[in-house]
Amino acid sequence: MIKYKFLTHTADVKFQAFGNSLEECFENAAFALVEIICKEKVKTIIKKDIKVEGEDLEKLLYDFLEEFLFLIDSKNFIFGKFKKIKIYKKNDKYQLHCEILGDNLKNYQTEIGVKAITYNEMWVVKDKKGYKCQIVVDV
Amino acid sequence: MEIKKINDNEWEIPCEGKMNVGVRIFASEKLLKDMMKDDTFKQAMNVATLPGLIDKVILCPDAHMGYGMPIGGVVGFDLDKGVVAPGMIGFDINCGIRLLATNISKDEFISKRKDILHDIKRTIPSGVGKGGEKYSREILRKVLIDGAKWAVDNNLGIKEDLERTEENGRMEGVEPKDVSDRAILRGLSQLGTLGAGNHFIDILVIDEIYDSDVAEVFGLQRGNIAIMIHCGSRGLGHQVASDYLRIIDEEYLKKIKELSDRELVNAPIKSELGKKYLSAMKGSVNFAFCNRQIIMHKIRKILEKNYPNKKVNLVYDIAHNIAKIEEHVIKGKKKEILIVRKGATRSFGPGHKEVPSVYRKIGQPVLIPGSMSTPSFVLVGTNESEKISFSSSAHGAGRAHSRTWAHKTLSIEKVREILNKKDIILEGGFRGAIEESELSYKDIDEVIEVTENTKLSKKVAKLIPLAVIIG
Repeated sequence: MIKYKFLTHTADVKFQAFGNSLEECFENAAFALVEIICKEKVKTIIKKDIKVEGEDLEKLLYDFLEEFLFLIDSKNFIFGKFKKIKIYKKNDKYQLHCEILGDNLKNYQTEIGVKAITYNEMWVVKDKKGYKCQIVVDV
Repeated sequence: MEIKKINDNEWEIPCEGKMNVGVRIFASEKLLKDMMKDDTFKQAMNVATLPGLIDKVILCPDAHMGYGMPIGGVVGFDLDKGVVAPGMIGFDINCGIRLLATNISKDEFISKRKDILHDIKRTIPSGVGKGGEKYSREILRKVLIDGAKWAVDNNLGIKEDLERTEENGRMEGVEPKDVSDRAILRGLSQLGTLGAGNHFIDILVIDEIYDSDVAEVFGLQRGNIAIMIHCGSRGLGHQVASDYLRIIDEEYLKKIKELSDRELVNAPIKSELGKKYLSAMKGSVNFAFCNRQIIMHKIRKILEKNYPNKKVNLVYDIAHNIAKIEEHVIKGKKKEILIVRKGATRSFGPGHKEVPSVYRKIGQPVLIPGSMSTPSFVLVGTNESEKISFSSSAHGAGRAHSRTWAHKTLSIEKVREILNKKDIILEGGFRGAIEESELSYKDIDEVIEVTENTKLSKKVAKLIPLAVIIG
């Protein structure tokens, strides 16, 4: 199974991510997002926790991915790998908890900046092969 | 979808299906074909389904697909019936452009070109995550309220700079508490920084003057150097847009299913959420004005150090991504409405009360940058644009091809060859250079010709790039 693929978009960047499970699909979306920003292999020195919730999977994905942009601007943190990730439902809302590892962005050559995640053409669906999602990000 | 030809430069998509208004397109046949290649019209038609729209959705000649609302789009909303959608203004709130005019000649500049470019690159942080001086939360809250005035009050500019900035560099009505701490945190180290992507600093030479009277008032003289600065509200503005997109999405969750694009999630203008978003948006607008003011001040210092007896004056600073209440003539009557410009420039003509007094007799400067290696243009606002586009004009060349297209089709060698041939020197990343090359953009001459022919704004001067810094 391919992890993610980039699609054509005139002004911004559009991609789809895939996974056997919802967690894997979300992980791959995060890897695709970070690849836009930095192509180097990132060391796994610093640990961060992410906790987000959403009424639907699209909102959960939006908030989850936005955390990676927030960490870049506010903590100079660039993501390298997942330590653990869990998605479950509680009180009618989806919850995502994960621990991620990464490094200080200043140690890496960056590519282009991602300003924000958008809801434009966003979807998360389950099919026979597992889960897939689509995201357009503002660059 | 039907596209009706009105004349050689104007087209219309009539109201159909769920649309409440039609779409008016300013384009030549060539530019129209560019727009047909992607979802520009689909996105404009989605916008046309929103409530409270006045007249039509406008597409400027540089329009192209964005997210939610197309880039190059302009709409007007009735204040009572209309809505505000953070995704329509976009994440880079008050991404805009500032032009400086100098009396430094091209020859004088060329002899020091590399040193000056390095000096600017060293002084102005640019690129992903490249922060600058770290400010306190308290100062940032002052910047949200006072915009470029904060910079001038702190010796980062002169009073005249404010008069030559849209809104005098400061939008009224900001409640700092409407801006989240997350947004403040993202902005703490970003004041005075360029950012990445299509943000740039260009040093250009004024190559041709089309209207010498207006050019003289703008301080533009053929053969002299000018500087363009293009950037916005950085992470602070991006976070404000994301925060309100999320809050409005939660509040109006049931409405989402009715929307043609979730990115257009919206709140009534006069609702509590609508008001809070507009307050936070204005704070981001002010942050962006202040950001460009600080960048300009630093560039001015570098130029003054190199050319002690020369003048470096701000011509104008304009916003590209903004929502604001303006007075327009609707069905023969003056009325206050909410105008949203997404990748479009305000284009007030002669006599308009919001044009600074120095330019009031002739109209406001309209700044339309080309791509990295094609000409940029200075135009002047018109009274005709009031009748056809809510006083709005094009804002750039407009992208024609995707970034993936650029990487598949172009190489850094090809981009270097274009720059070398035109004698333009570049500071910035290779990836950015490939993505921002002139081959990814529409034909700027065509965009300007349609802009001029439709009287969205009138040509004043043409500027040719000599040195470019990209984020």
